[in-house]
Amino acid sequence: MPQINKTPNEYQKMVKNAHPSDSKVKNFISAYVIGGLICVVGEIITNILTAQGLALNEAGPLMSVSMIFIGGLLTGIGVYDEIAQYAGAGTIVPITGFANAIVSPAMEYKQDGYILGLGAKMYSVAGPVLTYGMLSAFIVGIIKLIFI
Amino acid sequence: MESEVRGLNYLAAFLVGGLVCGLGQLFLDFTNYTPAHLLVGMVITGSLLTGVGWFQPIIDFAGAGITVPVINFGHVLTKGVLTEVEREGFLGLFAGVLEVGSAGVSASIIIGFLMAALFHPKE
Repeated sequence: MPQINKTPNEYQKMVKNAHPSDSKVKNFISAYVIGGLICVVGEIITNILTAQGLALNEAGPLMSVSMIFIGGLLTGIGVYDEIAQYAGAGTIVPITGFANAIVSPAMEYKQDGYILGLGAKMYSVAGPVLTYGMLSAFIVGIIKLIFI
Repeated sequence: MESEVRGLNYLAAFLVGGLVCGLGQLFLDFTNYTPAHLLVGMVITGSLLTGVGWFQPIIDFAGAGITVPVINFGHVLTKGVLTEVEREGFLGLFAGVLEVGSAGVSASIIIGFLMAALFHPKE
């Protein structure tokens, strides 16, 4: 077995040098570019829908549904996680990332059954998001009801 | 002219949507929070921006740049509540939540189930 003739401290330094110091800048840029491009896809879908004669308040939800479908499908065939390795928040923040957060654990835990596996685990991220989204909307509503 | 306006719409969607995602990346890189925390934070931010009335102006400017990020989820939930509270008062606090957001919530659950049932995780 080969011996490593480095102290833990030296090793830490080597690791630090191997990592580019601007990796946070790089992360920001790739999240910006890929996230921005996903939003452009949403804008293209909206334009196609309105060109079909749909009103903007109908095209909006339909665009969301389309994006959820695309995100879910790409997760299913394993492509979304490949993109996510480069994009970080660029693939987490768009609604396609929300679909990914549902499909990914649901698929993973399908082996535990359709009720306690897939059915329960699909909410591991979506559950908190829905809960706090609704709670926040409720509180904003109360403030409006009382003060305005 | 028409295509010029469309080009500007795409640019605005890219710039604003990218910015939201970039800010999310900074949140992940500079704190120890998880993507789940990020999404919850986004939804609450969208809800608050809607409460103070700033969200619709951003939609008018950026279009899909702000309606594609999860932040829009907070917007549609809150918009539903505010609309229904105005119409029917107290009951609107509950009845309004999914008024606008029902399509997104239902689609996420139904499509999410179908995709997870159809596909298997990669080895």
